[in-house]
Amino acid sequence: MTGPVLEAKGVCKNFGALEVSRNIDFRLAAGERHALIGPNGAGKTTFVNLMTGALTPSRGQVILHGEDITALAQAQRVKRGIVRTFQITALFRGLTVLENLYVAVAERTGAATGLWRPAGYRRDVIDQSLRLLEIFQLQDDAHKPIRELPYGRQRLVEIALALALEPSVLLLDEPAAGVPSAESHIILDVIDGLPADIAVLIIEHDMDVVFRFAERITVLVSGAILVQGSPDEIANNAEVRAVYLGEAAHG
Amino acid sequence: MTVAEAAATALATRHRVRPLEALPWVLAVAAFFALPEYLAVGTQILILVLFALSLDLVLGYAGIVTLGHAAFFGTGAYAVGLLSAHLDWHEPITGLIVAAAAAALVGLVSGWVLLRTHGLTLLMLTMATMTLLHELANEQENLTGGFDGLPVEIDPVLGLLRFSPLTYSGQYLYALGLLFLMFLVVRRVVYSPFGHSLTGIRENILRMHAVGAPVRQRLVTVYTISAAIAGVAGGLFAQVNAYITLDVLSLERAATALIVLILGGHGRLYGAFVGAALYMILEDELAKEFPEFWQFGLGLVLVLIALFAREGLTGLFAQAAERFRKRARS
Ligand SMILES: Nc1ncnc2c1ncn2[C@@H]1O[C@H](COP(=O)(O)OP(=O)(O)OP(=O)(O)O)[C@@H](O)[C@H]1O
Ligand SMILES: [Mg+2]
Repeated sequence: MTGPVLEAKGVCKNFGALEVSRNIDFRLAAGERHALIGPNGAGKTTFVNLMTGALTPSRGQVILHGEDITALAQAQRVKRGIVRTFQITALFRGLTVLENLYVAVAERTGAATGLWRPAGYRRDVIDQSLRLLEIFQLQDDAHKPIRELPYGRQRLVEIALALALEPSVLLLDEPAAGVPSAESHIILDVIDGLPADIAVLIIEHDMDVVFRFAERITVLVSGAILVQGSPDEIANNAEVRAVYLGEAAHG
Repeated sequence: MTVAEAAATALATRHRVRPLEALPWVLAVAAFFALPEYLAVGTQILILVLFALSLDLVLGYAGIVTLGHAAFFGTGAYAVGLLSAHLDWHEPITGLIVAAAAAALVGLVSGWVLLRTHGLTLLMLTMATMTLLHELANEQENLTGGFDGLPVEIDPVLGLLRFSPLTYSGQYLYALGLLFLMFLVVRRVVYSPFGHSLTGIRENILRMHAVGAPVRQRLVTVYTISAAIAGVAGGLFAQVNAYITLDVLSLERAATALIVLILGGHGRLYGAFVGAALYMILEDELAKEFPEFWQFGLGLVLVLIALFAREGLTGLFAQAAERFRKRARS
């Protein structure tokens, strides 16, 4: 057994007086399926931002494949294999689906620095983009600008863009958020089918999804980890039930 | 062919030259023969196209909002002017190379500092940089002639093409040739993978970071390239007009390029051509008819564009073509 691929050690984040992350210790093993749950405003998205470098921790360390990446910029972290998706869809809205994927694939292959030869000459980048379209069954939307795409399909592109970067650690921030339940199974199927060697952390509110998907679950409440454990342990944990039943009681 | 294959082919071939692209060049050459009395205005249009084209690269493609692009135009103009006035350097081509290099340097340094900001902050800071250079030029009266301006002397281009203040035919051909060269460069950059990544930055900078793009490095690179081209436009301006004043560094000049792109459309390469021609014709005609009110007329046109043609005239044209294509298909 090798060490974790991603590790947070005592990570804290303050926005002024507001403590959004409190002393978070977290480990993700290679190929692990891990769910991060917690009430609205618990700091789940903030945690993703801290791991990927969109935010820098006020205290603590982020370690990826044994290397301290706390001081690295987002782009450098992506190159080392940690990739995220966005809770609020963040795509290149004016570009077509295929062009969106080209952007990501071009970054991974290093094609994007090419300043003189036409983008169209990088047939390898186009072909890899096409293969991703196939995996996500987006072929028939290839030519459509994102803004003309139904929301459910946009969420698929959201994940496809992340996968285009061939991550070893993938952080999915509520991938099915806002998708009508009749369509959300398409997205969940995609997530179930992710390559086994990628370590996946998923933030999700639907407990059915969480318990079916996750090998381990972390519960975050008010910026701190409440408990961590297997789905069984979490399901039977009195504190967790209190938090969630308390939530439900408020509506 | 499947939809995906068609999209892939479109992406693989979109850099290819379309027949319609010949139009502005054909018109420009035709104008040389057909409208000899308008070559002076024509030359100014060509220079404005080049300046607006450089702005389009950063604004239309990379989404960098700037109101200070005359900083680079002015740097290029003064580079040529200072070489001529103080070093007896009258060779035009090398003069432009120095102009491009000087402007690129200003672009690189200011871009490195400023391009970590965006939006309104960036707008103000680009403007402040330009104002700073304006003040510097004003201050260094001994060198720049200050408010009175600086005469610029130029040898015939390649020893062949002589500039005549009467016919402007030499100036026109020189400007057209340079515009064509610079256009080829911009077109290459825009259709390259680098250019594609710039549109990514424009469309969603947040996502661009998340796909691992070194965003600031890309922005500084394109800003520097754009500055160099704006510097060539400024140098060219100094050479063909044989005289420059502080207004090469003015807000009005920066705003003109912006207005050109609003009129013509941004992020489309040819918006600069359509916009510059329209702007100069409007200025010429309106200013002649209503010298007091021409700015008002221009304002009215801008409001109409903002209301009914957000993407400028080339955008309007592209939409119409798209609608036509859709109807033809169904
Ligand atoms: N940039 C910021 N500045 C100030 N406060 C912030 C910032 N980002 C997040 N917060 C606050 O931090 C807290 C946690 O936000 P976060 O988005 O991480 O929660 P979350 O668990 O993802 O919630 P949700 O389930 O609604 O997505 C919230 O109270 C939020 O208002
Ligand atoms: Mg969130």
